[in-house]
Amino acid sequence: MSASAAASSATALRCVGVTRSFASSAGPVPVLRGIDLDAREGEVLFLVGPSGCGKTTLLTVIAGLLRRDGGECSVLGEDQEAMDKGQAADFRRANIGFVFQAYNLIPTLSVAENVSVPLLLNGRSWAAARRDAEAVLASVGLADKADESPSRLSGGQQQRVAIARAIVHAPRLIVCDEPTSALDHKNGEEVMRLLRQLAREKGSTLVVVTHDHRIYDYADRIAEMDDGRVVRISTPAEAARHDQ
Amino acid sequence: MLRVSWKMLVGDTAKYLGILFSLAFTTLLITQQGATLLGILSSTTSFIDSIGGVDLWVVDARVQNVDDIKALTDTQVYRVRSVPGVAWAVPLYKGSIKARLPDGTSQNCQLIGLDDATLIGGPASMLSGRLADLRNADAVLIDEDAARDKLARRDANGQQQAAGVGATFELNDHRATVVGVYRGQRNFQSQPVVYTTYNRAKTILPNERKLLSYILVRLQPGADVVSVQTLIRQSTGLRAYTGEEFSSSSLAYFIQNTGVIMNVGLSAVMAFVIGGGIAGMTFYDFMLDNQRYFAVLRAMGTRDATMVGMVTLQAAGVTLIGFGLGIGAGAALLRFVLANSEISLTLTWPLLAAVGSIVVLVGVVAGTMGLLRVLRTDPAVVFK
Repeated sequence: MSASAAASSATALRCVGVTRSFASSAGPVPVLRGIDLDAREGEVLFLVGPSGCGKTTLLTVIAGLLRRDGGECSVLGEDQEAMDKGQAADFRRANIGFVFQAYNLIPTLSVAENVSVPLLLNGRSWAAARRDAEAVLASVGLADKADESPSRLSGGQQQRVAIARAIVHAPRLIVCDEPTSALDHKNGEEVMRLLRQLAREKGSTLVVVTHDHRIYDYADRIAEMDDGRVVRISTPAEAARHDQ
Repeated sequence: MLRVSWKMLVGDTAKYLGILFSLAFTTLLITQQGATLLGILSSTTSFIDSIGGVDLWVVDARVQNVDDIKALTDTQVYRVRSVPGVAWAVPLYKGSIKARLPDGTSQNCQLIGLDDATLIGGPASMLSGRLADLRNADAVLIDEDAARDKLARRDANGQQQAAGVGATFELNDHRATVVGVYRGQRNFQSQPVVYTTYNRAKTILPNERKLLSYILVRLQPGADVVSVQTLIRQSTGLRAYTGEEFSSSSLAYFIQNTGVIMNVGLSAVMAFVIGGGIAGMTFYDFMLDNQRYFAVLRAMGTRDATMVGMVTLQAAGVTLIGFGLGIGAGAALLRFVLANSEISLTLTWPLLAAVGSIVVLVGVVAGTMGLLRVLRTDPAVVFK
């Protein structure tokens, strides 16, 4: 960890003046217009706002999958853009878990094998990865589905598998893109409860992009975005009062 | 991760089997076409190649290939024998004749007439009887395929009886008695090849002034081949080929003057293009289907080198298995065809290596295209 990171050890995520534009026939279209944002270790931070406000773009920049045009962005004190491609991949592999809107479970692998993938990537043996995957599957209530194909599970169950995959290697940051948007209210709440509980147990920081007002209560803080900027950061209670 | 990669491939059973089938079918087709081509080519010169111990083949100067026979007079043998450097020279007849079988049917055959004294040029592998038995009255040798099929006779019950030693038939109204059955290379025409002595061949054939097809020459020890070839040409006006030259010129003539290379080659190319194309496209389609999951793996921190290893394993795996299945099926097919027909097919290690190279090329192209697709995929697509 760098000296600056050591100085702010409680900060898992720090973005300062992050900008990003996309090219179009009419010229560059700014999507992020100077994002200032941070998250503490173990915090659950929601990114909310209308469609097209830049939430997912910001999440992609945070995950190190998209280069920013300007500003600074460090995760666990490290700027992924300062790393070469291999080092950045190693950093993501060790420190970041992903939960996607569309689950993105590999259909030709079993549930347990899907959950094992981050462990295998981090050098665990097939047997050890399988053992740990089964333990995490038990914690999300899917111990009996370990050998099933993901396609045989319901949407809620698939997202729970995706959560197990995101958390199985105890990453220090978990990025989630609309994790409940494909689920009904009950399953959405269950998924968020699990996600928050497991993240807390592992000490992981959660950054969640969502449109779903019903799950705001699971956040520690909510960053509201509009037109490429963070316009307000509040607690769930403050956000609810503001919505009223 | 290699195990994950392999499970990703075989887990999609339909595509996996599709790729395997395409590659196996490509291998089978190219192998079959290649074996057919080699069989045809080798059969065109099998007569030359089967006669060992001969340094030169002397023929009319206008002869362009082994089947382009321009008959010589018997006195040419003596003239060749008189050329310095020639140890011995013997006559050899080769021509067509119709055999009449005891059941009344007839069969076109090749008749080979060997030098009566030495029997040089006779078959090397006798299955029954002896080459020397050709000196018996009316004696002929026949090949095993002919004995089993084309020169076989039907008994009173209509059952086909193989022609063995003692069997008889007629050659141009002359009695021919089988004194031996030999194993020889199949010829291009798939006709029975009947051996007898040169002088008996002359009595069997219609009376003609010239019947001699080739003069087989052995050089004296230390004699220079090129010099003797030149001397033969100068003193007799005939052309003397080494066996290799005669074989090559016959092959070249055949290749240049028939469409067989073009036809069989075109079939092999089409097999490659169609089978390889289907296999390549199916593999590429598999890559496209899994592009998102490869992107997920890259987002999760899979290094490019690991991705290369994963895709290489998939491409190499299906290529090797497909090739193995295709070669296995090809070998079984060839074995069946050779055992049950007189089609000339030749499967050689160089052919297997060539087919393997072609199939590997298909795998490399498909794998590289898929890999480029995977490596060019922006991992950020996982959030789209």
